Amino acid sequence: MYAQMVKSEATQDDPEKLAAFQARIDAGEKIEPKDWMPEGYRKTLIRQIGQHAHSEIVGQLPEGNWITRAPTLERKAILLAKVQDEAGHGLYLYCAAETLGVSRDEMTEMLLDGRMKYSSIFAYPTLTWADMGAVGWLVDGAAIMNQVPLQRTSFGPYARAMIRICKEESFHQRQGFDIMMKMCAGTPAQKRMAQDALNRFWFPALMMFGPSDAESKHSAQSMAWKIKMNSNDELRQKFVDQTVPQAEYLGLTVPDETLAWNEEKGGYDFAEPDWDEFFEVLKGNGPCSAERIATRQKAWDDGAWVREGLMAHAAKKRASQMAAE
Amino acid sequence: MSGEWPLWEIFIRGQHGASHRHVGSLHAPDAEMAIKHARDVYTRRKEGVSIWAVPSSAIAASSPSKKGPMYDPADDKTYRHPTFFDIPKDVGPM
Repeated sequence: MYAQMVKSEATQDDPEKLAAFQARIDAGEKIEPKDWMPEGYRKTLIRQIGQHAHSEIVGQLPEGNWITRAPTLERKAILLAKVQDEAGHGLYLYCAAETLGVSRDEMTEMLLDGRMKYSSIFAYPTLTWADMGAVGWLVDGAAIMNQVPLQRTSFGPYARAMIRICKEESFHQRQGFDIMMKMCAGTPAQKRMAQDALNRFWFPALMMFGPSDAESKHSAQSMAWKIKMNSNDELRQKFVDQTVPQAEYLGLTVPDETLAWNEEKGGYDFAEPDWDEFFEVLKGNGPCSAERIATRQKAWDDGAWVREGLMAHAAKKRASQMAAE
Repeated sequence: MSGEWPLWEIFIRGQHGASHRHVGSLHAPDAEMAIKHARDVYTRRKEGVSIWAVPSSAIAASSPSKKGPMYDPADDKTYRHPTFFDIPKDVGPM
């Protein structure tokens, strides 16, 4: 998902406290920032929420690429609003992570120097306008699969950020599908462009859920803590089952020859994405990985004088106010 | 001194005259910018008609570990709720 391969941190706390903590989670209570929590829970959440926040922020870049080239003024305004939402989602999530004792600036620095990651999906390029459709439809669609159950996650600030995000996310997916519908009803060249976008984004979208974690101890711990609500395979299956009929509606072909309805399981059988490619992307070797981090680095460096200047201005104003009193 | 913008807690009053409600937090250099940022971050879809921004450092909070002594005394005072009292139907609405 937006947070992939998040390893749960080992925890070395008092067993009695741990048991009481687990009992609270099992009873459906929310854990709040000032409550006692195991060190592993805190660290795993910082990593997971931080990675999610970074994905929202870096996720603005592939779409930002098309703001100046949107085909109509209306499409441009809509895309701008969507990208602005992503910025907002990043901010909600940074604030949720900050309640765990890490600062936003620290997290930004960890993203820039590679200690923290963002979702593999944003390391892929957006080559045509149809990619704006495919990203909204598939990428936001996949994100929603994961984010809806996370509204019930055990950590209060994270759950509240998710509720806010989910309210806005459905607009993102619909605007993407709307672009796809328009292109598929257009000229043969436009429809080919839509098919090409689906071809390029299908497997990267499936990768968003991460490799199978049926055997993963990390996932088992995160699920016990209710900071992960479903297995990766479960969500991926749900996504495929929901998306294939939508592709059929558009008259597009999912680029998977093995795709077939399996009556017995009541879902589709489908091909796994290339997991070697996924691990390479996660290591920072995706097609646009270097460009994404370079862009973030430049924004961080170029914005430094604004951040500092506004702080200096605020200090000066405070001082003159004090002098006047 | 860290150059990071301080944290603010944002409260918003919705359209229908309810109280301001906490919606989240954000970073801003001063109160004026906090309100401007709050407008962009928390009211993109007309969620409110009034914004309060309070420095997070100014919030005093009760301690979660004292939850018991703080709130348990209310447990045996159910007579504070109107449903505690049975009023005969003949009396009419009350």
